[in-house]
Amino acid sequence: MKIGVLTSRIRVEEKLLFQALEKAGLDYERIDVESIPFLLDSKAFASFDAVLIRCVSHTQAFYASRVLESQGVKVINSHHVINVCGDKLLTSLALLEHGVPTLHTIVAFSPETALQSIEAMGYPVVLKPLHGSWGRLLAKVNDRDSAEAILEHKKTLGGYAHSVFYIQEYVEKPGRDIRAFVVGGETIAAIYRNSSHWITNTARGAKASFCPITPELDHIAKAAAEAVGGGILAVDIFETPEGRLVVSEVNHTPEFRNSIEPTGVDIPAKMVDYVKKVAGGEI
Amino acid sequence: MTECPECGATINLPPGTEVGEIITCPDCGVELEVVSLNPPSLELAPQVEEDWGE
Repeated sequence: MKIGVLTSRIRVEEKLLFQALEKAGLDYERIDVESIPFLLDSKAFASFDAVLIRCVSHTQAFYASRVLESQGVKVINSHHVINVCGDKLLTSLALLEHGVPTLHTIVAFSPETALQSIEAMGYPVVLKPLHGSWGRLLAKVNDRDSAEAILEHKKTLGGYAHSVFYIQEYVEKPGRDIRAFVVGGETIAAIYRNSSHWITNTARGAKASFCPITPELDHIAKAAAEAVGGGILAVDIFETPEGRLVVSEVNHTPEFRNSIEPTGVDIPAKMVDYVKKVAGGEI
Repeated sequence: MTECPECGATINLPPGTEVGEIITCPDCGVELEVVSLNPPSLELAPQVEEDWGE
């Protein structure tokens, strides 16, 4: 059995995954996505039983996964999952179409319609880029003046993707949100991400702590993972003031360095075990 | 042993370092990318791109 790990920059997570692969006694090869050409009419990767995609760049993961799949290679996560999770609009639609509770969202294709939509939704709202991670370029819009300024900036300074305005209801969180790790359809661990800031990404300084996997959390995390296509995923979930759980987004290349200690779960080992099962044809 | 391309500080890469890993210069704090291990070589790390993330 031969496993590939497609990478560019090496984070703590990739090093932990390499260690877990070695500990599992698996034959693996690191593939640097930036240093090799991908010949579209070849079967250069056909010798791999599975390839784990760990590119820090969504664009690289998006295209490289598709090339590998065209060669018949099992890819984790699949191109479909990377496509859905890497685009907040597609994620929202997948969640809605599968009946998974999520945030009220409007998409507008001009600043004028976006402003009307924001006014109709009521302040505050959150404007998010369709692509991106780590809480970057999120804007909490508190009033009309802010809305007009941010929409103009996005239209003028952003690329074409920033002219698709993704407008979401603002949820007053209890100083935290939840990240649940779902691997192969099983909720293996969950953390609270605690922060006094409305953005609760650990990349922005939120602190991770243990979160019990209640039946309700287990259910919504699994449902969200299934909605986007399954695999190795991290589901971000808000607790509303009414006590409901709603899914905010789903991440296709989860970072987990801060989640091992508070949960006591060997997350990279669980991920490697899943990769092994996929490579071996058990899944 | 190699040098920080920004400030010239001497940097020893710890065991287990991987090519592609981002490290921080202990002297000037700049982020550096490990571009080779043998011989050890460092370059200024790329800025975070808009599509980077998880």
